[in-house]
Amino acid sequence: MDSKLRAILPDQELLKLYQQMVLSREFEESCAEQYTKGHITGFLHLYSGQEAVAVGATAGLHKDDYILSAYREHAQAIVRGADPKRVMAELFGKATGICKGKGGSMHLFDPGLSFMGGYAIVGGQFPIAVGLAFAAKYRKEDRISACFFGDGAVNQGTFHEGLNWARLWNLPVLFVCENNFYGIGTEVHRSSALADIHKRACGYDIPAVRIDGMDVMAVYEAVKWGVDWVRENSRPYLIEAMTYRFRGHSMADPGKYRSAAEVELWKARDPIVGFAKRLADERIATGEQLEVIREKAAAIVQEAVKFAEESPWPEDDEVYKDIYV
Amino acid sequence: MPEMTYRDAINLALKEEMRRDPSIVVLGEDVALYEGSFKVTRGLLAEFGEERVKDTPISENTIIGVSVGAAMGGLRPVAELMTVNFALLAMDQIVNHMAKIRSMFGGQTYLPITVRAPGGGGSQLAAQHSQSLETYFMHCPGIYVAMPATPADAKGLLKSCIRDNNPVMFLEHELLYNSKGEVPEDPEFLVPLGKAAVMREGKDLTIVAYSRMSVLALQAAAELEKDGISCEVVDLRTLNPLDTETFIASARRTGRAVVVEECWRTAGLGSDIAFRIHEACFDTLLAPVRRVSGLDVPMPYSRKLEKLCIPQVETITAAVKEVLSEKY
Repeated sequence: MDSKLRAILPDQELLKLYQQMVLSREFEESCAEQYTKGHITGFLHLYSGQEAVAVGATAGLHKDDYILSAYREHAQAIVRGADPKRVMAELFGKATGICKGKGGSMHLFDPGLSFMGGYAIVGGQFPIAVGLAFAAKYRKEDRISACFFGDGAVNQGTFHEGLNWARLWNLPVLFVCENNFYGIGTEVHRSSALADIHKRACGYDIPAVRIDGMDVMAVYEAVKWGVDWVRENSRPYLIEAMTYRFRGHSMADPGKYRSAAEVELWKARDPIVGFAKRLADERIATGEQLEVIREKAAAIVQEAVKFAEESPWPEDDEVYKDIYV
Repeated sequence: MPEMTYRDAINLALKEEMRRDPSIVVLGEDVALYEGSFKVTRGLLAEFGEERVKDTPISENTIIGVSVGAAMGGLRPVAELMTVNFALLAMDQIVNHMAKIRSMFGGQTYLPITVRAPGGGGSQLAAQHSQSLETYFMHCPGIYVAMPATPADAKGLLKSCIRDNNPVMFLEHELLYNSKGEVPEDPEFLVPLGKAAVMREGKDLTIVAYSRMSVLALQAAAELEKDGISCEVVDLRTLNPLDTETFIASARRTGRAVVVEECWRTAGLGSDIAFRIHEACFDTLLAPVRRVSGLDVPMPYSRKLEKLCIPQVETITAAVKEVLSEKY
């Protein structure tokens, strides 16, 4: 049987996508457990259900391309290459955290990976992503700026200012909307006069496409195409990935605004389960091999929790550090 | 030393720094082709070209946000907000982003951004264009605030701000643009951040001020000298870092102080300065510190009313005389 997947990527890369989605899920579900135990505090927004977007998109981007995201960004950081141990330690507020415990869940950052931050003011990342693209173009660097945001962010002024600016200055920005249908508890049709978010890009003369955000290969192919187009033309492009979060907005949200039937409908489209089936159907991996990948991912997460638990708290004198240069 | 205006001193600082460092870009509304609403960026487009001198859409929040991104990406942006009043549209990027990014990302990046913004009252521009918002910025950790009073300081401070690796709000006073003074020609002339200037020495009382209020304080001191009153005038120059040492040492020496602020009185920065003096000099003060402030009202247009809202030379001299008449 001809493999459709193999026509796109070699086996090893396909399995890497699977591994990254599984690692993301294991990480998030472990976070929920650590939150319940009181080890993780503050706000905690989990990515379970949306893995295909971060994983497919990161695979489609070049290594040096900037990534900016919002506050549901653990998976994006880890998939980009952030050490799960240091991410978990950050969530625990420990000195060994990726931001020394000063950012927490919503503010992961690693410039070495060109992962330029999780931002927790809705829409705050748009102008910053545009500015990074400007710097890259000014310095004649071969990199673009990928800006991830939710459906809730498109009614902020920064979305409109950012799109207008990126097109006006012809900057290499890939806008990726993760449309999971809800801004906290408000369904997208209750907040947006035009809920087809990709169509809004027309107003700024930016081409855009809507894709299935539950299909990692669809995301990969669309982003790869978009990245090439943005590079070639030095112009912005927008992708709207339709996806769904399986959990509430944050750990504090019981999710009563969604019907059980709706949630079940989307869980039946679980991006990990769907991809596992395709990998097995196309004989790229057996069920047992995929289970081994899952177990290894679970072990990485367990190790991350142990590392976070055993890590020291920040010293008191850290409180005045890292504010000014 | 050549004499030049505050406007030209700022313009020269921009040109000198842009010649020195190709990573500096200037961006803002009407800064390029139109050469700035107050003509501060005159000649920049002609000399440095449209790659480095950028007109922007009227999107203040994004002017700052793009500067933040550009700074993270290796540039040294100098953004102009046409007036400080429009900074209120950009407070999300200024306070939630520019001021926080270094700290919340664990010191892994830094933002060498200078945000220039003219402001202050006295031009009959009414409520929305006459504000003195310096306390807003001074209140927020993570951003420096510079407010020069003289052409020389305008040049030397702006150059320091541009070279500094922290984000700085560089607040210019619209009524000072045409003021003249001697300005050092040396392109390496810098005024350090966090160092107040004793503009005039005196023994009876210390006047602490900044920006245009320092200019009025000097005029008040000259008036008071005629009455045999000797005032020391301390110009803060930067509100953050704040050189507490200089004004506290001065107040300890004179035993009396008046703080002059153009901003609104309630929760204005003058209360913080006055408190610091009280706290440090309680045992040696001869009278409570007095504040001369902007009135707690939205600025009226009529020049007769506007004048009442902004500290004047006469209100400063009156305050000084009252403090000198008090005995404790």
